[in-house]
Amino acid sequence: MKLAVPYAFPKSRGAHLAFALLAVYVVYAAAQMGVSWERVGAGIDHGSRFLGRMFPPNFTRSELLWKGLAESMQIAVLASALGIVLALPFGLLGARNLMPAWISWPARLVVVLARSFHPVVVAIVFVKAVGFGALAGILALTVASIGFIGKLFTEAIEEVSIKQVEAIRATGAPFASVLAFGVLPQVFARFIGFATYQLDSNLRNSTMVGIVGAGGIGGTLFAAFQRFDYDFVSAILISLIALIMAGELFATAVRRIFIDNATLSELFRPGTRAASAPRLEDD
Amino acid sequence: MATVTLGSDERAWRRFSPAQRTGRFVVYFALVAAVVASLRTIEVIPEFLYDAPEQVADLFGRMWPIAWEHYPRGVHDALLETIHIASLGTLLALLLATPVGILAANRLVPSRPLNWLARLILVASRSVNSLVWALIFVGIFGPGPLAGTLAIAFRSIGFVGKLVGEALDETQPGPIEALRAAGSPWLSVLSFGYWPQIKPAFWSIALFRFDINVRESAVLGLVGAGGIGMALDAALNLFQWDRVALILVALFVVVVAAEVGVTQVRKRVL
Repeated sequence: MKLAVPYAFPKSRGAHLAFALLAVYVVYAAAQMGVSWERVGAGIDHGSRFLGRMFPPNFTRSELLWKGLAESMQIAVLASALGIVLALPFGLLGARNLMPAWISWPARLVVVLARSFHPVVVAIVFVKAVGFGALAGILALTVASIGFIGKLFTEAIEEVSIKQVEAIRATGAPFASVLAFGVLPQVFARFIGFATYQLDSNLRNSTMVGIVGAGGIGGTLFAAFQRFDYDFVSAILISLIALIMAGELFATAVRRIFIDNATLSELFRPGTRAASAPRLEDD
Repeated sequence: MATVTLGSDERAWRRFSPAQRTGRFVVYFALVAAVVASLRTIEVIPEFLYDAPEQVADLFGRMWPIAWEHYPRGVHDALLETIHIASLGTLLALLLATPVGILAANRLVPSRPLNWLARLILVASRSVNSLVWALIFVGIFGPGPLAGTLAIAFRSIGFVGKLVGEALDETQPGPIEALRAAGSPWLSVLSFGYWPQIKPAFWSIALFRFDINVRESAVLGLVGAGGIGMALDAALNLFQWDRVALILVALFVVVVAAEVGVTQVRKRVL
């Protein structure tokens, strides 16, 4: 006789059904894509030729490369500065624990609108409004920054402990002082987290808005792709990755200094763990 | 980190040590210098700026009325394709990223070189923007949604793999040691020791990435990788701003619907 052994992790019927539905969907959606083995085979062939033409990378047009990279950095810096400055009031106005509903709803709507489009789509609209060039990129990434920082700042303010706010209010302090001494100290560390994250994210996106003519290295990259200058493409890609990694290192250093109270010499000491980067986030 | 600075006569309490203050000052200085340098050297064409209000008015004039009648013919299928790209790309990313995430977790694979290799793959995936991945895959597989799906998948590997690796490294050692002590093979330790512990994190990462990918897949069509972006690109090139407006509205609805859906699933299931 066989004993009925209890199973430690029984699957529920709902989970089985969900997986079956998912499998059906995958088959259906893959059929819509028009994927075939011949295409994949041809693709691998193309791919090897493509990679072959990417090497060695061609850095001879370094002036063009450097100009694009510099413009991308300028776009990222200015968009982050402007975006953070503008996002703070929107984030504050959207906090439901400090503001009445008739103020918080419009502010939240602005933030949702700013968040829902990809920066490149926003850049298209700004290219039409202010013409080709870096300004359109700055404005597009400013909108993206307002959406991201505004949302997280609102959430951070809504989670503050109300005790300190009440304590400051009880002293008869005006609203500005309540903010400065009751709310801001509680959200400062998280704010540094979002701000450095946004700088990093703007740097990544500032290399892309050029695809629609909004300045930066993206335009050069897209043009090189269309002209099949794949060796120049690989040179641009290598520089981009280096730039983005440098940006990430800078963001980590800023978080170490402001959140972990590290000193400059501690930054370069090996073995210390990287500071608390904000977890979720998109990029 | 309060330190006391003792002067000759007076005592001053300071929150940060001089070294900490120097670090903060250096960061502030670097930021201000970067903003000033960018402002001084950025190339902005003032003529374009003067007629910006006119251009914006013109833009909205052309966008209105929105070309609703164009939706069934030109937008609906492209929109569905965008959603397919996002969901298939996310699923493919989960499939590809899980092994890399496992390799990156030192607790599971106690080999530093393998961990570093996995981290290198993750960083490379994250450092290349999804539009660049799309350009690369369009170069390989030709224009179409296949390139878009692969672009979304490859861009997401870094994100998913990093978070899965971190979740694995943060698991409780108790159940794992118990399984090892019972002589379980590696795969059983993985599926009964680690998996139940990271399951909520795993599905929450997957949902979160899907939400991001819906947004990202909308622009891939600008470089020919399928989806609504292709329709957007066509409408832009022909200056059909009423159709552009329709596409933007459709995109907004889909993005908001995806975000609401993801939040609901997260609340109910996780």
